Amino acid sequence: MAKILHKEKLSADVYLMRVHAPLIVEERKAGQFIILQTDEEYGERIPLTIADASEEDDSITLIFQVVGKTTTELSRFNVGDDLPVLVGPLGLPTHIKNFGKVVCVGGGIGVAPLHPIAHALKAAGNEVTTIIGARNKELIILEKEMETIADKLIICTDDGSYGRKALVTEPLEELCKDEATKPDMVIAIGPPIMMKFCSLTTKPYNVFTQVSLNTIMVDGTGMCGGCRVNVGDEVKFVCVEGPEFDGHLVDFDNMMARLSSYKGIEEEAAHKCYVDKEFEAKVEETK
Amino acid sequence: MSHLTQAEISEQVKIIFDDIFNRTEPLKKKEQLKIPPQMMPAQDENIRRHNLDEVAVGYSVEQARVEAMRCIQCAKPSCIADCPVEINIPGFILSIAENDFQNAIDIIKETSLLPSICGRVCPQETQCQISCATGLFNKDVDKAVAIGRLERFVADWEREQGTIVPPEVKPETGKKVAIVGSGPAGLVVAADVRREGHEVTVFEAFHKLGGVMRYGIPEFRLPNSIIDQEVSTLEKMGVKFQKNYVVGRTRKLLDLMKKDNFDSIFIGTGAGLPMFMGIEGENLVGVFSANEYLTRANLMKAYDEEHSDTPFYHSKNVAVLGGGNVAMDSARMAVRLGAENVYVVYRRTEKEMPARVEEVAHAKEEGIQFLFLQNAKSIKGNEKGRVTGMECLRYELGEPDDSGRRRPVVIEGSEFMLELDTVIVAIGNGSNPLVSQTTPELVVNKWGNLIVDEKMKTSVDGVYAGGDIVLGAATVILAMGEGRKAAAAINEFLINSN
Repeated sequence: MAKILHKEKLSADVYLMRVHAPLIVEERKAGQFIILQTDEEYGERIPLTIADASEEDDSITLIFQVVGKTTTELSRFNVGDDLPVLVGPLGLPTHIKNFGKVVCVGGGIGVAPLHPIAHALKAAGNEVTTIIGARNKELIILEKEMETIADKLIICTDDGSYGRKALVTEPLEELCKDEATKPDMVIAIGPPIMMKFCSLTTKPYNVFTQVSLNTIMVDGTGMCGGCRVNVGDEVKFVCVEGPEFDGHLVDFDNMMARLSSYKGIEEEAAHKCYVDKEFEAKVEETK
Repeated sequence: MSHLTQAEISEQVKIIFDDIFNRTEPLKKKEQLKIPPQMMPAQDENIRRHNLDEVAVGYSVEQARVEAMRCIQCAKPSCIADCPVEINIPGFILSIAENDFQNAIDIIKETSLLPSICGRVCPQETQCQISCATGLFNKDVDKAVAIGRLERFVADWEREQGTIVPPEVKPETGKKVAIVGSGPAGLVVAADVRREGHEVTVFEAFHKLGGVMRYGIPEFRLPNSIIDQEVSTLEKMGVKFQKNYVVGRTRKLLDLMKKDNFDSIFIGTGAGLPMFMGIEGENLVGVFSANEYLTRANLMKAYDEEHSDTPFYHSKNVAVLGGGNVAMDSARMAVRLGAENVYVVYRRTEKEMPARVEEVAHAKEEGIQFLFLQNAKSIKGNEKGRVTGMECLRYELGEPDDSGRRRPVVIEGSEFMLELDTVIVAIGNGSNPLVSQTTPELVVNKWGNLIVDEKMKTSVDGVYAGGDIVLGAATVILAMGEGRKAAAAINEFLINSN
């Protein structure tokens, strides 16, 4: 049982919760995630990255977007309620060292898991440029938090309602092109399609790019293999060997297909990632 | 195997029962050996294809006593030696024949802690029943005394009486033992160590207890209520359970000693690392490890679509790769989840299948189609990345291999296509590496199994291990056998340590 200490609505369908989890606070490192259920009997197990942790009140911060049954249920939990199932920290921590110049790219809700990583990279002595992207101003989260960490913060929105009217790949490419700003490492966290195109953007410039994958999981301990992805010639389990991998080696198309495993045929036709289609169309446009 | 309805079985047994138990002269051994083996009554296959209730419904009192009379009480019983926990088998069977079920269960509990589970899932035909004199006389291991069914009968009888008395616990010693994993090995260690008065905490990664017995073995073979019962007995003994706790991640293994002051640790984390074939198309949508498929259906209750939030893959044509009990469980689960055609694809013949005969028979009754001497070559998908079929190869049997089984040899050019939407890979499990990878002090072999000495001690003092994490994927009873050994060693270690 993990008590909810704080709840906040960050945007139309994005929530922040601080949850009492002393053991997780003690062990967790940037890049790791938890699995939760909103009901012990019948709930689904979903992974969420730990956005932050505080030793003051022994809490971890979770930020989630309401996209399905479990996140809808979760959004109905209030301060004082207990989460029936919370387990973690899971996965391997981000490899933090002084790379030199790093660019942290966060798309939509992906800014939440990116935040502790950017923080740790900064603390390790890196020069940190952060690019945050979202569909519109309303969906930009953690701007202030990122601003205090980053040496440079670039905000992009698809509709131009805030910051640059651009996809995150645009400023990323500009940084890669210019020898003076060319990053030594890029870490991109966001929708799979964004991570795919960030990886495609940096590849020609040979910039090491890490992505954090959020696949379907059940146990989170390597037992079920539901989270497996193709990374280069290997099959990796995201839950125990990830969640971060070399973006240039990840088979994003297979990963995205696997993410939609349980979408019904009709639903799939109607829904099939309007976000993805939009994104792809826009990438085409900007070329 | 001929097949009788429950009513037919009870009619038949009544006649035999009256004949045996209304005599004035006791039966001669020869007559005992000729008593017909008692069939296990089962749910009708057309009904059970649509539910998750237990398939084997259990012996009636008459059947149990008649079956018990088939045991001739050998002077040197091989069954005891063939049992990993050396249950006094002739002893408890005699008590059943004598209608003293309480004594029967008491005898079993002298050495076995989870009889209602073992009676259901032990492979008796390769253990206690393999050298049974009655079976040898009848020249068929399937005609041996049905030891497992009798064990289950008395364990169920006790549960139905509601009189289960938890084993006595000695006065508190102040010593603390951590048990990692609540599967069969862990539960046995918990009981044995707690009985000596040590404080015991069982850590479980999942939100439900029982390990593979909960997430893997389906309800139709081992109902969850049975596991709940065993856990509740342990709770009454004062064993503590800490769920949602991944040792290695939530806490480093050795921190349980350093930070939480546990004096000893038992690792029973099992064989939770699914193996795949390494063939083309294995990551397509619609390919599952048996672990994932069964965990969704069992632990996460996906079969209960009305209530469960966890989805399962709606399949029409399913192939299960493998020939063990996990393959049978997966295939039979697929039937219950509504698949129309379910194939078990196995590259050897029925004779070499590691699955229990009873499970194979049940699977056949449920309409599962067995494709022997065939194996997957590659899995094909459509433009959406979903499975559409599997290219298979035919095999023939060649020379015996290291395991003594004739090696299957590919017939060149025998490729053919099987139209499918789902493939379940059930070719085995490796040891779950989570604990060993996060505990560099532990020594493992090349398969990732923890290396232990004859007392089940690992390379770290005070840390013991047993079950599949040591054996590789094995059985519930072997895990329990190892657990008993480890528990004895832990108890000895704690007496000697201060």
